[in-house]
Formats: sequence, structure tokens, C-alpha cells
Amino acid sequence: MEGNIGELGQYIGVGLTAFGMGMAALGVGNVAGNFLAGALRNPSAAAGQTATLFIGMAFAEALGIFSFLVALLLMFAV
Amino acid sequence: MFSLLQEAAHTAVETTEGVVVHDEAAHGADAATHGVDAAGHAAEAAGLPQLDIATFGNQIFWLVVTLVVLYLVLSRIALPRIASVLSDRQGAVTGDLMAAEEFKQKAKEAEAAYDKALADARSEAQAIVAQNRAEIQAELDAAIAKADAEISARTAESEARIREIRASADESAREVARDVTAQLVASFGGNADDAAVSAAVEDRMKGAVQ
Amino acid sequence: MATEATGGGLEFHPMDQFIVKPLFGAGEVHWYTPTNVTLWLALTALAAIALLVLGTRGRAIVPNRAQSMAEMAYGLVYKMIEDISGKDGLRYFPYVLTLFMFVVFANLLGLLPMAFTVTSHIAVTGVLAMAVFLGVTAIGFIKNGTHFLDLFWVRSAPLAVRPILAVIEVISYFVRPLSLSIRLAGNMIAGHAVIKVFAGFAAIAAVAPVAIIAVVGMYAFEVLVAFVQAYVFTILTCVYLKDALHPSH
Repeated sequence: MEGNIGELGQYIGVGLTAFGMGMAALGVGNVAGNFLAGALRNPSAAAGQTATLFIGMAFAEALGIFSFLVALLLMFAV
Repeated sequence: MFSLLQEAAHTAVETTEGVVVHDEAAHGADAATHGVDAAGHAAEAAGLPQLDIATFGNQIFWLVVTLVVLYLVLSRIALPRIASVLSDRQGAVTGDLMAAEEFKQKAKEAEAAYDKALADARSEAQAIVAQNRAEIQAELDAAIAKADAEISARTAESEARIREIRASADESAREVARDVTAQLVASFGGNADDAAVSAAVEDRMKGAVQ
Repeated sequence: MATEATGGGLEFHPMDQFIVKPLFGAGEVHWYTPTNVTLWLALTALAAIALLVLGTRGRAIVPNRAQSMAEMAYGLVYKMIEDISGKDGLRYFPYVLTLFMFVVFANLLGLLPMAFTVTSHIAVTGVLAMAVFLGVTAIGFIKNGTHFLDLFWVRSAPLAVRPILAVIEVISYFVRPLSLSIRLAGNMIAGHAVIKVFAGFAAIAAVAPVAIIAVVGMYAFEVLVAFVQAYVFTILTCVYLKDALHPSH
């Protein structure tokens, strides 16, 4: 397997961006878990907050998607 | 896709080779492999279809056309129709609820009327019962009074009879006593005065009979 | 490189499904060329129109299946705007519903085998997001004039930190169209690419059952993601609309 050092760095970088996606997973899990904990304490208030839940999840997830974008750019555009 | 990539790679190879050959004639063979690497790289750059700027105009044009069509159809046809259906349903539900309320009111009124009729009938029945009872009582009273009167009449009659009988018996006894007295007086040789005999008898008889 | 991993019967082309190509013949893609993008955009619009127009053809008081689905979509978006943007946001209801129906049908139709996912392209989602961003900004300035800038000047914060907050608010405001478009496109690209990679593994007999089960599982997850991403796109539009209509925090 021969190749140049630039490509090596590229692949390592792409692999590292996977950490970003994992962190986003932590964030989304945190949002969902805290929502569930709050919802179980006060189930009557939970129904009105599902929109907030989705907004929070979307923000947490967006940053993970950014790391995926960085991976794609590294792979294909650099 | 693959053929496109290869085409791109070919053009890239040609250009890179040209540059490389001009710059480093000494490492010809080396440079050629390098050039292929770079070409692969160029192919990769075109590799992500999302980043292919050449197709952006096409996509944006057709997207805008689609969105405008969809917006016009939805806002002109679909939304007014759905809104009218929803408001119709809301109206129907409200109307039905009001009708149900009305029927409930009517049922309540009917129940009240029924209760009232029942109470009326009951009181009427009681009145009739009381009236009948009064009539019967009156009849009974009249019959009792009649019977009483009859009984008292009979009693009076019987008493009168008894009194008569007793009077006749008294008279008979007196007569017998007078006769007996007259005979007795005569048999003793006396001259019996009728008046004296009867007075004596009357005198003795007083309080004896009765 | 995934596209070069050929050998041993394994061929991964996870990104090939996103290539824009002309519908008729080969050649260059001009701005007017009918491409597979055109086809799937048209199918998306037709599906949305079929549900919302043909489905409600009966105008029944007691709806059939299609009509109750159309009413459900209508009610979902209507309630979303009413709850988040307020009553005055309902003026923009037709546009928000158009966005929602377009995104949800593009996502779902893209999941059909051999289909092309229009929402996986940055160009498409970028236009959608920029339309929301520019529209919302215009509405904000038209409705509130310069008071719209109160959005960036947080009056409830202490005076000293307000400039810092203003910088953060401005940055986050201008990142909105970027995050809106990249979230949608990224979710679509990632999901479809992952399905394709698992499908590629199905060529190896030893792992084929696992790969096929994984494809089925990912597919189910992607159906959920397709809907959730449309929902999120719409709900964020409503949030931005609320900011434009009521900029003071």
C-alpha cells in the first residue's frame, strides 16, 4: 500500500471527525434523557414541550452533521 | 458515473503531465505516477456529486419551478378546501352538540310533565277514594240510624204491649180479688158493700202488684 | 477511498446515487436540462398535490384515509405555527405547509429503491434554507423596522456583556441557513450512504445476513429520520418566524 503523506493525513483526519459524530450522539442522548427525566417527574407538562425537545435535538445533531460535512470535504474536496 | 470520473481523470492526467514534464524532465517516470495520483485526486474532487457546481443551476432552476407550482396549487386549491372541510366539520359538531343539548332539555321537560301527571293522577285517586269512603260512611250511618230507629220503635211497642199485659193482669187480679173478697164476705155472712170491697182491695193491692 | 475499494467482489459506490444526470441521453447538464433531479422534484410535487388535493376531493364530513392524512398534515403544521409563531404567523401558513410537504415527500420518496433524493443536495436544501432566511429577515424588517435589531441587542443582559452577546447572536443568526440546509442534506447523505455501504457488504456471503438485517434496520430508521428532519425543518422555520414577528426576547 503505497501513497503519499498527504493522503495519510487526509484519512487520519477523516477518521478523527468520527469523534465529532460520537460527541453529537452524546449530546442528543443528553437532550432526550433529560427530557425523559423531566417528563416522568411532570408528565402533564411533557406534551407541550415536544417541540422544544425536537428543536434541542436538532441543534445538538446539527453540530454532529457539521463534523460529517468536514469528513466529506476532507475526503472529496481537499 | 465511473466513465465520467475516468474522463475527468484523463484530462487531469494530461494537464498535470504537461506541467510535470515541463518542470521536472529528469524524473519523467516518477512524475508520471505522481501525475496519476494527482489525477485520482482530481477525480475524487469531482467525486462528491453534491459539490459539483456545474449542476447547481439546473437543480436550483427546477427546484424553484417545483416550489412555485406546489405553493400555488396548495394555497389556491388545497388549503381553502381543507379549511372549509374542517370548519364544516366544526360547525356540524357544534350543531349536533347544541341539538343534543336541546333534546336533553326536552327530555327533562317531558320527565317533569310525566311526574306532574303521575302526581295529579295519584291525588285524584286519593280524592275519589276519600269521596267513596265518605259516601259509604254516610250510607252506613243512615242504615245504622234506621236500624236504631226500628229497634227503638220495636222496643217501645214491646214495652207498650208488656205494659198493657201487665195492666190487664192487674185488672184481672183486682177483679179476682174483689170477687174473692165479696164471696168471702158473703160466706162469712156479711153484706158486702161493693164500694168498700173495691176500696179495700185497692188499698191492699197498692204496691203489691208492680 | 471508498469508490476505489474494488477487489474481492466488493464494490462500494455509496455516493453514486447522488449523481445528477440528464434524463434523456448523455451530455452536459445545462440549467434547463430535464435531469433526474427534475423527475424526482416533479414526483415530489405530484405526491404532495395528490395527497392534499386529490385526497380531499370528497370534502367529506367523515373523512376517508387520504383525507384524514391530509387533514393531519394540515393540522400538524397549523398547530405548529400557532403554538410557536403565534396567531400573526398564520399569514405565512401556506408557505410553511409547502415547505413541510415538499421536504417530507422528497425525503420519503428518496427512500424508494433506485430513487434520487433531491433533499440530499446542498443546492436544493440551500435554496430552501436561504428562502426561509431571506424571507424571515425581510418580514422582520418590514414588520418591526429597526426594532428588528433588538433581536441582537439583549436588553435583559447586563450592559457590559451586551456587545459580546450581540456578536454571538449575529453569528448564530447568520449560521441559521447554513445549519438548516446542512442538517437536512447531511442527514439524507449520511443515511443513504450508510444503507449503500451495508448493501455493499451483502456481496460477501459470510456477512450477507447481517448486512441485510442492518439494511432493513437502517431503512426503518431512515423513514423515521425522513419525517423528523422535515418536522425539524418546519419547526425551525416557525421559530425563525417567531423571532421575526416578535424580536424582543
